[in-house]
Amino acid sequence: MAESPVVGTQLNLLDHFPEWLKKDERPGFEGYIVPAEHLLEFAHALRDRFGYDLLSSVTGVDYLPEGKMEVVYHALQTTGGPVLNFKVQVDRQNPVVPSVVSIWPGADFQEREAWDLLGIRFEGHPDLRRILMWEGFAGHPLRKDWKEPYFEEEAKPYKSRWPEGHVQRAEDRHPLHDNVDYPAGFDPDSWSPETADDVLYKTYQSIMEGSDSELHTDRMIVNLGPQHPSTHGVFRMVVVLDGETVVDVKPVFGYLHRNHEKIGERCTWLQIMPFTDRLDYISSMSNNFGYALAVERLMGIKPPERAEYIRVMMAELTRIVSHLISIGFLLNDLGAYFTPSLYALEERELILDIFEAVSGSRMMCNYFRFGGVARDLPEGVLDKVKELVFERLPRKIDEFDRYLTRNEIVRVRTEGVGVLTAEQAIALSATGPILRASGVPYDIRRADPYSIYDRFDFDVVVRYHGDVYDRYLVRLEEIRQSIRILQQVVRDIPEGPVQTGKPQWQVRVPAGESYGRVEGPKGELGYYIVSNGKPNPWRYHVRAPSFVNLTSLAQMARGGKVADIVVILGSIDIVLGEVDR
Amino acid sequence: MNGLGIVRGLWVTFKHFILTYIEDIRTGKRRYYSPEGILARTKGDVQGAFTIQYPEEKYPVPEEFRYIPFLVYEEGENGQKNYRCTSCGICAKVCPPQCIWIVRTNDLNTGKPIPAPAEFYIDVDICMNCGLCAEYCPFDAIKMDHDYEIASYNRFTDHIFNKERLGKPLSYYAQIRPQNFAREEAARKAEMEAKAARKAATA
Repeated sequence: MAESPVVGTQLNLLDHFPEWLKKDERPGFEGYIVPAEHLLEFAHALRDRFGYDLLSSVTGVDYLPEGKMEVVYHALQTTGGPVLNFKVQVDRQNPVVPSVVSIWPGADFQEREAWDLLGIRFEGHPDLRRILMWEGFAGHPLRKDWKEPYFEEEAKPYKSRWPEGHVQRAEDRHPLHDNVDYPAGFDPDSWSPETADDVLYKTYQSIMEGSDSELHTDRMIVNLGPQHPSTHGVFRMVVVLDGETVVDVKPVFGYLHRNHEKIGERCTWLQIMPFTDRLDYISSMSNNFGYALAVERLMGIKPPERAEYIRVMMAELTRIVSHLISIGFLLNDLGAYFTPSLYALEERELILDIFEAVSGSRMMCNYFRFGGVARDLPEGVLDKVKELVFERLPRKIDEFDRYLTRNEIVRVRTEGVGVLTAEQAIALSATGPILRASGVPYDIRRADPYSIYDRFDFDVVVRYHGDVYDRYLVRLEEIRQSIRILQQVVRDIPEGPVQTGKPQWQVRVPAGESYGRVEGPKGELGYYIVSNGKPNPWRYHVRAPSFVNLTSLAQMARGGKVADIVVILGSIDIVLGEVDR
Repeated sequence: MNGLGIVRGLWVTFKHFILTYIEDIRTGKRRYYSPEGILARTKGDVQGAFTIQYPEEKYPVPEEFRYIPFLVYEEGENGQKNYRCTSCGICAKVCPPQCIWIVRTNDLNTGKPIPAPAEFYIDVDICMNCGLCAEYCPFDAIKMDHDYEIASYNRFTDHIFNKERLGKPLSYYAQIRPQNFAREEAARKAEMEAKAARKAATA
């Protein structure tokens, strides 16, 4: 690199690439439009000259009326600051875009997702297979002209419900699922999953040959899952083993895929809110938060003070819940069967009581609204929170610390296992506790503050070894920091309204795009939305942290022992509701 | 590597174990199967076992707890059910999974809509208990229930709730959500009075 990187400044990139770089001038849009043939050059410059070292999100948008496909990238500097948004537009008939995996390896799964769901082909991608749908699925389900089984109308609310709503069950309406498409020549009776897996096993061909061990061990492929107690859901790891050593891993998922984004595009803006609960179902309040931020940015409204405090309170309680579960179940994966997880769940239950009292539900909270929250804190809730954050939780976290941190078995099993260096973590787009355990102090609450996080005193927790033990330590310490934030919240929370304007069941969202991101318990949770001024979003995309964090699973597991894979997966802390969407 | 960490950890587990017995002996019989015992086990300072033995014991639900919606009706003098619903359709339109089906009543002579539902259905297999219908109903006519034990034997016939199955009296609503009820009644009363005052002013 000849020039030193330019970091932390808001520069005008147009000056650097005057010939072909264009500003996105559609009303409500921001960022740059890069011609496909210059994408790699631009990406190289962004990473090496301008310090955009982490590619946060890659997704596509189908602009059916214009006949275009657009690939939208969001890159960020791990030193802090807002995200940079740039796009590549290609013809919808033959959408081919160069792959940026060679520059940002973290784009791997996300490009595969865009290929799978939108049919955008990424040239130069090392392993462009379907990722959420099964191999052999007909069509690309996020395209605007694709219709799901039981398709009724383009957008909700459906006309059949009112005023002539004669009830009918979906199954009765289409007794034979008459709009399910099968690929040409597909016969469900003769199809077997093995034929679909051939495509996957073929990618291992080159490493299956050529074992270099002195013992002349055979290499073999082992499937962990999809039904396996350690995989935290229906998730499969296809592992190539040389003896007991892991040569390569490829995760297979999508078993819980429900086309969340298509559902979102059928829904009105408000109707999406309860669906976001079901992404990472352990931390529904954070999911609400990110989505509310994205839409509010487009609407240009801000919640009142009290609502901001309530939001932060809920988000931090959620972080505690999520980290407690993560720690508890990591110990499960290590073989400490259920005692630590149940101690963690006991604290979680008390926090869920609070969620239930304010939102009406323990897990599917659906509490945030555009410009505020659904309702004020009921009587007595604040006292309960105070009791938890001043009395019980600090004591219990110390107990956890005493219980686990210095346990020799825990340390032997986790220290030096699943190591991810800082460079690798950044390259693989890891975020959240994984990135911070690798020595990169990147926390969106500090790096690009949203809501009112700039008012609170807290430390960004960072550890430097990048192994499973450090990820555990980061999570434990983050619970302490969350408690610290909560103590400030309950001290400062003002009285007042909790909603800007009147609650509306149908909101007007001006045309444009918006990317709202929060530091979720598992990493950067981003929502990319495109509005065309209609009651439904044109595009609704979720940048799910545990989905992207899985990109680094192979890097962590390679060279380790097969028994450690389970622990490594536990330390990534995935929730399949979010991975599969 | 001297095993001290393990011993320390085991001591925590041991303390948890002993504490359940100490708590049981200290609190005695009323710790289980009694309302105050259940309440004590939901508090933040709970010691010992904190599990609730469902279904013998039931966890008290907070006022905002929400489950499948119901339709509020006011009881008339002769015991007839006066549903508050005007079949305006907002709940059906705001419902995310679109599980509410309403047939509006039309006047037989003029064909104009009458503010009352002829039929009202909720497909409870589809309902996601989000509570948006209750939140945005301008007439306080649809509310979220507290009754979560609705298992049935036949999913083909029993899971589409009609108006009769959904209807619950206002008194029931007042009982499960006293604070919300009081607030809404006060607002309704204030609006009525304002209306009367306006009428008096124009007359």
